[in-house]
Amino acid sequence: MLGKLDWSAIPFDQPIPLVAGAVVLVAILAVLIWVVVKGHLPYLWDEWITSVDHKRIGVMYILLASVMLLRGGSDAIMMRIQQAVAYQSQGYLPPEHYNQIFSAHGTIMIFFVAMPFVIGLMNLVVPLQLGVRDVAFPTLNSVGFWLTATGALLVNISLVVGEFARTGWLAFPPLSGLSYSPGVGVDYYAWSLQISGVGTLVAGINLVTTVLKLRTRGMNYLRMPMFCWTTLASNLLIVSAFPILTATLAMLLLDRYLGFHFFTNEAGGNVMMFMNLIWAWGHPEVYILVLPAFGIFSEVVSTFSGKALFGYRSMVLATMAICVVSFMVWLHHFFTMGAGPDVNAIFGIASMIIAIPTGVKIYNWLFTMYGGRIRFATPMLWSVGFMVTFIIGGLTGVLVAVPPADFMLHNSMFLVAHFHNVIIGGVLFGAFAGFEYWFPKAFGFRLDERWGKAAFWFTFTGFYVTFMPLYIAGMLGMTRRLQHYDVAAWRPWMIVAAIGMAVLSIGVICQIMQLVVSIRNREALRDRTGDPWDGRSLEWATSSPPPVFNFAFHPDVRGEDAYWDMKTRAQQQSFEHDVPEYQDIEMPRNSPTGFICAFFASIMGFALIWHIWWMVILGGLGAFATFVVFAWRDHDEYVIPAEEVARIDRINLEERRSLVSMAGAV
Amino acid sequence: MSMTAAVGHAHADPHHIGVVIEHPGPASKRIVTAYGFWVFLLSDIVMFSCFFAAYAVLSGQTAGGPSGAEIFEQRNVAIETVCLLLSSFTCGMASIAADVRNRFWFYFGMAVTCVLGVIFLVIEFREFADLVARGYGPSRSAFLTSFFSLVGCHGLHVSAGVLWLLTMMAQVFAKGFRADVLRRMMCFALFWHALDIIWVGVFSVVYLLGGAP
Repeated sequence: MLGKLDWSAIPFDQPIPLVAGAVVLVAILAVLIWVVVKGHLPYLWDEWITSVDHKRIGVMYILLASVMLLRGGSDAIMMRIQQAVAYQSQGYLPPEHYNQIFSAHGTIMIFFVAMPFVIGLMNLVVPLQLGVRDVAFPTLNSVGFWLTATGALLVNISLVVGEFARTGWLAFPPLSGLSYSPGVGVDYYAWSLQISGVGTLVAGINLVTTVLKLRTRGMNYLRMPMFCWTTLASNLLIVSAFPILTATLAMLLLDRYLGFHFFTNEAGGNVMMFMNLIWAWGHPEVYILVLPAFGIFSEVVSTFSGKALFGYRSMVLATMAICVVSFMVWLHHFFTMGAGPDVNAIFGIASMIIAIPTGVKIYNWLFTMYGGRIRFATPMLWSVGFMVTFIIGGLTGVLVAVPPADFMLHNSMFLVAHFHNVIIGGVLFGAFAGFEYWFPKAFGFRLDERWGKAAFWFTFTGFYVTFMPLYIAGMLGMTRRLQHYDVAAWRPWMIVAAIGMAVLSIGVICQIMQLVVSIRNREALRDRTGDPWDGRSLEWATSSPPPVFNFAFHPDVRGEDAYWDMKTRAQQQSFEHDVPEYQDIEMPRNSPTGFICAFFASIMGFALIWHIWWMVILGGLGAFATFVVFAWRDHDEYVIPAEEVARIDRINLEERRSLVSMAGAV
Repeated sequence: MSMTAAVGHAHADPHHIGVVIEHPGPASKRIVTAYGFWVFLLSDIVMFSCFFAAYAVLSGQTAGGPSGAEIFEQRNVAIETVCLLLSSFTCGMASIAADVRNRFWFYFGMAVTCVLGVIFLVIEFREFADLVARGYGPSRSAFLTSFFSLVGCHGLHVSAGVLWLLTMMAQVFAKGFRADVLRRMMCFALFWHALDIIWVGVFSVVYLLGGAP
């Protein structure tokens, strides 16, 4: 009846996951009760859960990423403490628990923190920057988000019901095969990634189509803001790389569920095929994450230097070059496989070549700052911090791209330090920069600068104190994923890294404090003009937060930096007073399709993990029925009357006029 | 959206001297939907390419079991291929009928497409069932694993296509040739034709190359 599921699935003998799970459960219940008692449920359902507005969906993505960042961060703290104390002792985490923690940490940070964070920012910002009212497929967008949430839910359920994978974040066979991982851990891993992978693919298709087919009048390709370009590149990579992950995990699951022989050691299966396939997805994946971050830095650096981006076209070229070359370097993840010197040399050279467009970008940002009037607001701090940090990470990357050096450093702590260096220094700093930069656009008030700067400095310092010692430990021969060790020389560096982790945690606390303080002082921090940073692209041309239709009129774009251009013209020719003729606007109706679909997907995923076959069929039928019901509805749009559009737009125009006249007076 | 592009002087754009073609604005729903679906189909083809790659890597790994030449029945495969290619034609006829809003020919074209798809699936299912009964199931060897997965993945797509086809007929029956129904019909047709292209790959790589002694 319940497949493999029984009471032994709950780890009553392990206090840590049980207590953690209980705390999370109590927190969730408390929030739910508060929502219901205060009567917020209808608001949440109507305005958020069923919303197909790209801005709302973007915010929900980022919320999901932030919550999961705390979960993944807790794993990181536990690992650093374990390695600090587990010198010639077992530490406080039993091996099988420690293995689950590093696997969960990697999986969560990549799939459920970094991915939703960048996809959230792209969702929130790109339609605004393109001057349009929504993404190409609003309802599918909601489906994509909720499927991602389903994946995150399954990973968290594994904390208390059953176990998570002990195989590392990429679940290499034969370790992840049935003979060496007979439990449900790998199944939790694979099904949560399959489900959230569908969500990611949907988001990718949606954003590619949005950028290529929905742009306002005059928004030629070479006038798009840099963030739109990097979004395009990143989502092209999603569309072409995520199917590889889906296929690879499907093969692994077939091996596990039906006794197939893709990656087994018996009957002719080929383990190295898994490495090739998973990294053919895995390497583009790191560019899927970092390219949007590059876009964010481009926007931030240009805005806070008060200059157009230096070398816009070379930046576009560099972005697309990275997009293409990222598919030609995957083998550098396993130089030690023994493919031979010629193959290794080709992939080594390709890996070094990809540093060139990245270097172009760094110089472009530096030259954008050169001669500019730089304002060191929090987003700019994250950007400058990124440039310093990312160069170090990039250089160590070029180092491990050299096959002989890689033979020494493969699977060492040096590698761990390298990829944290580029992912934290690149993606996470970028996500935080974007968060600070676009928060006022999403919510209508700025974030507190004092707490923001404190968060930056603690995170920045904490990062160096945590990860520079790992480079040294790697040089001293320490391999990754050690539950305990006996080498005295490594110990001091592990202790320093643990101290660094504490500093990093203070940074996270500062960020939470920043949010709390800013919400409390929101009236003082209110952004009335919609343009708090003196921005250059179209998202600042509308109010903060933007109306549901974003723009009363599709803006006319006449060059790069469309909004800067408009502001300049408005000052020169006084303000044009021709009152535009407002028209009715049709917007897509809210739909619970995404939520219901994800509900059935959760049931189906859970049932598949525990081999509860009747429940699998139930979930599948439910998901199909949801789609048919969605396809059957007659009214998928509603109309906002012209008077309402006019009323909303006039309020914003008044605020803007006063801003422009004030600026003109100065 | 008409294809006319406003031509304007790009005086604000320092990189252009003279005249540039101005982007005309957001595309129509029909174009956006079809374009997005194309992007999905490309991603689906990438997924198939992984199964093709796995087949290429594992096709020689028979582990003492049968090789392709010993188990492939070229006659059945030829019938399957004819069914699928013909169904692409009838699907095209149904699309034309939908465009001119002719219900009879739409239902007729879709029904024939459905029958041909089902015949294809039945033949494929019998081939699989026969192999499993002879002890040549997917867990016999890595070659059979990759064979069953690649061909089965295509078969699953055709099954989903048949389900979608029936839903499409029901939609036209209930809603008529509404704009959104027509957009979905266009996507379905793209999907069905794409499956044909995949099958041409399967036919060539698996049955023709693998069937050679």
